[in-house]
Amino acid sequence: MKNRQHLGHHISHPDKGVASRFGYLGLVLAAFALMLLGKADAGMMERVRASISDGVAPVLDVLSRPAANLDRMVDEFAALSNLRAENARLRSENQRLIEWQAAARKLAAENNQLKGLLNLAPVAEPGFITGRVVGDSGGAFVHSVLVSAGARNGVSKGQAVITGDGLVGRVHGVGSRASRVLLVTDLNSHIPVVVEATRTRAILAGDNSDRPRLIHLPPGASVSTGDRIVTSGHGGAFPPGIPVGVVALHGDGGIAIKPFVHRDRLEFVRVVDYGLRGILDVAPVGALGTPGAGGQK
Amino acid sequence: MKLTFWQRLDLIVRGVTPFFLTLVLVILGQVPLHIPGFAEVAPLLPLMAVYHWTIYRPDLLPAIAVFIAGLLQDALSGMPFGINAAVFVIVHMAVVSQQVFFTGRSFLIIWLGFSLVAAGATVMTWLLTAVFYSAFTSFEAAFVQYLVTVGVFPVLAWLQVRWQQSVLAQI
Repeated sequence: MKNRQHLGHHISHPDKGVASRFGYLGLVLAAFALMLLGKADAGMMERVRASISDGVAPVLDVLSRPAANLDRMVDEFAALSNLRAENARLRSENQRLIEWQAAARKLAAENNQLKGLLNLAPVAEPGFITGRVVGDSGGAFVHSVLVSAGARNGVSKGQAVITGDGLVGRVHGVGSRASRVLLVTDLNSHIPVVVEATRTRAILAGDNSDRPRLIHLPPGASVSTGDRIVTSGHGGAFPPGIPVGVVALHGDGGIAIKPFVHRDRLEFVRVVDYGLRGILDVAPVGALGTPGAGGQK
Repeated sequence: MKLTFWQRLDLIVRGVTPFFLTLVLVILGQVPLHIPGFAEVAPLLPLMAVYHWTIYRPDLLPAIAVFIAGLLQDALSGMPFGINAAVFVIVHMAVVSQQVFFTGRSFLIIWLGFSLVAAGATVMTWLLTAVFYSAFTSFEAAFVQYLVTVGVFPVLAWLQVRWQQSVLAQI
């Protein structure tokens, strides 16, 4: 009841007619002007966004910890309840991995020998910058996360972001202490990839669903369900060979990829500092020996 | 009756809480919750605050305040600047114009009203995003996000009514 009396009290002065109409019109126009400005000068708006993100990142850093801890506790509880089954699984997996290790050692030795024969110039070892995911806006309209590492940690635009599972996305905007990572599923994400087994080149394009698609395949290329997709390294933005996902669906609607990295599992990510300039800057193609024209837009 | 300095300060601080809470919801909406499949369809918390305070206390959450909240939402979520700002301001305008209708209605009607407003906001956001990027984003995800937002509304509405009746009772 008290509430209703309150309501009546405020009805008596709704926003004042004509003046408020103009006020709304002004604000809506201002919003549209900002959208146009964002279209015209994306760099400036990104800088504004980066400084706002920088300001809020410490708060988000604190807020995101309880959720992450709770998630870890749930995980550990779940792990405790099926220790025996997990142990048996790990034993058999370990057995298999030991066999793989032997194979890998043999191949590594052989590879080294062949490299020696070919006089191959060594590829630069990448450095890593680790950051926590402090912000995930959620929502259907943009797939990006905020990471608590920025320019002062050595992050720069265009770098690849990975976890142990595979590729997360690329750095889209950098503030001094936080940066925004565009996930591979985002509408604006286009990443040069290859089908691991056949070395077929393609572009992995996100569409804001959780299944990005392979586009720009060469004519006659064959891709089948279950094929692994890895980054190609073309264009100089990403190191080659980072696992991205597997072909999940292959039909009329195109080739859908199931990424290895799950957005909801992201907590710590690594930004790969490969020592190459990003795709958005001038890629030092000459330094790679072969001009990677295929990956350039 | 003349208020003392502290009483006036108290009223001012209480008066800005709806705006402050709206900003808090914008920031809370960014916290990664690590729930599988949730991130894509996380509810749009600030929209609920904009709706609630515009119905009950538009004097404490004017259009310029929702504009600022929208800009913060755009900045933090990584969406193009201006989209949420425009949507929030239009929601504010729509709700204020229907204020007589909302007055003294039961919660069910308020909820129903929110489901309509949120539908409008979702379609608007979807269209603006499509125009901005010249590409359609997945409407399915937007629709599920809409359902989740409408589903979470009663919880937040209850909290906001509590706040309104305790902190803002004297203003």
